[in-house]
Amino acid sequence: MSAPFTPVLAGSALGADAPAPATPRHVPLTGGEPNPSAAALVRQFGDAVRGVRVVRGETNVVVANDRLLEIVRWLHTEPSQRYDYLSDVTAVEFRDPEQPIEVVWHLRSVAFRRFLRLKVELAPGTPLEVPSVCEVFRSADWLERECFDMFGIRFAGHPDLRRILMWEDYREGHPLRKDFPLRGRFSRSEQLRQALAANPEARYSMEELSVVDAFEDLPEEMRRRLKAGEKAGE
Amino acid sequence: MGLTPRPESTVSYSPSSQEGWVATKLDFLVNWARANSLWPMPFGTACCAIEFMASAASDFDLARFGMERMSFSPRQADVLICAGRVPFKLAPILRRIWQQMPQPKWAISMGACASSGGMFDNYAVVQGIDTIIPVDVYVPGCPPRPEGLLYGIMLLQEKVTKERAADPTLRVEMDPDPKSQLYIPPSVIDELSEPFGNSVHQTRSGL
Repeated sequence: MSAPFTPVLAGSALGADAPAPATPRHVPLTGGEPNPSAAALVRQFGDAVRGVRVVRGETNVVVANDRLLEIVRWLHTEPSQRYDYLSDVTAVEFRDPEQPIEVVWHLRSVAFRRFLRLKVELAPGTPLEVPSVCEVFRSADWLERECFDMFGIRFAGHPDLRRILMWEDYREGHPLRKDFPLRGRFSRSEQLRQALAANPEARYSMEELSVVDAFEDLPEEMRRRLKAGEKAGE
Repeated sequence: MGLTPRPESTVSYSPSSQEGWVATKLDFLVNWARANSLWPMPFGTACCAIEFMASAASDFDLARFGMERMSFSPRQADVLICAGRVPFKLAPILRRIWQQMPQPKWAISMGACASSGGMFDNYAVVQGIDTIIPVDVYVPGCPPRPEGLLYGIMLLQEKVTKERAADPTLRVEMDPDPKSQLYIPPSVIDELSEPFGNSVHQTRSGL
């Protein structure tokens, strides 16, 4: 069972005299006031912060690949930051093959009403591998699986790095990479043959179906069958 | 799809045929009952399903055709209405649902995506559900208006009323038989059918 849920009110750490939130108007494309967390990151981690850039009023911080997990954990636990919500993990591949592939983390601090975008640049020729932040944010689990599925980026330390959008034994590659043809690599007949060969019910373990907690309420006969290793729907 | 040859039809539709009066009247009765109580299995995957819901709602009122009973179990359904695009990941599920439906059964492919893949000419989307299951009526549109779906349903009713119980080619589910002379391997179908439609490198073989 998970820990009891304590709600965090938006802006609760800002103090009573903080200005009311308002929709920003006339935001310049680049430049502007960076998120105060960026300066705190530079103070705390020094060289691991490779660059800070403000785009459309949002702060992008490029960090070193090997210190990423440390940085994310600090942002999560440090009382002056409190980044408690990881809203997205994704990647960007540019058309220019010289340009590095960027892996992007979107972090949000509800208590401070801050948004921070972390980036790790993977130069061409280096292995596509970044640390997983699953142990800090549980929500990273599926987001990282999606990023792995679409871009082929490996998240070291992820508990269960499988495809999530395409079926598990999809063999054509990673669809959002620039070298992936729009219609896939195989012919339509081969694609359909492989898709129809999949067993739609075999992919879900009992754990994924989230009946683990309800296990004790099941009839005795069903519990016995499940303990013997029977999967749902087979 | 290479298929085994259909059994020779011994039934003609001329009124002067040898079929008896009882058989034709029974056919009429059975078909009348079937055509006016089609239970749809809604397989809605996208925006077409919204139009399908509108067809079932009071303005267009699918109940006029005896179809108000949506069968969310394929085992009590007569007509599968595939409304929306079908990704490859859903292909085995659609086929299994079709196999779970008891005979007699029909299929309506609603909208451009279900009929041909539509604008989604990409790695993830099935290029027409007729590559997975046999389809009786295709409803064009993106999405079709409820009138379009109703017209498709009326066409299906017309088809149902013309069926003959004595026709041996009805309800025969055929699987590709590589020994048949009519069998064409999928690779050859791909080669012959390329390019298909308005795009190059798009192929469609049944399997």
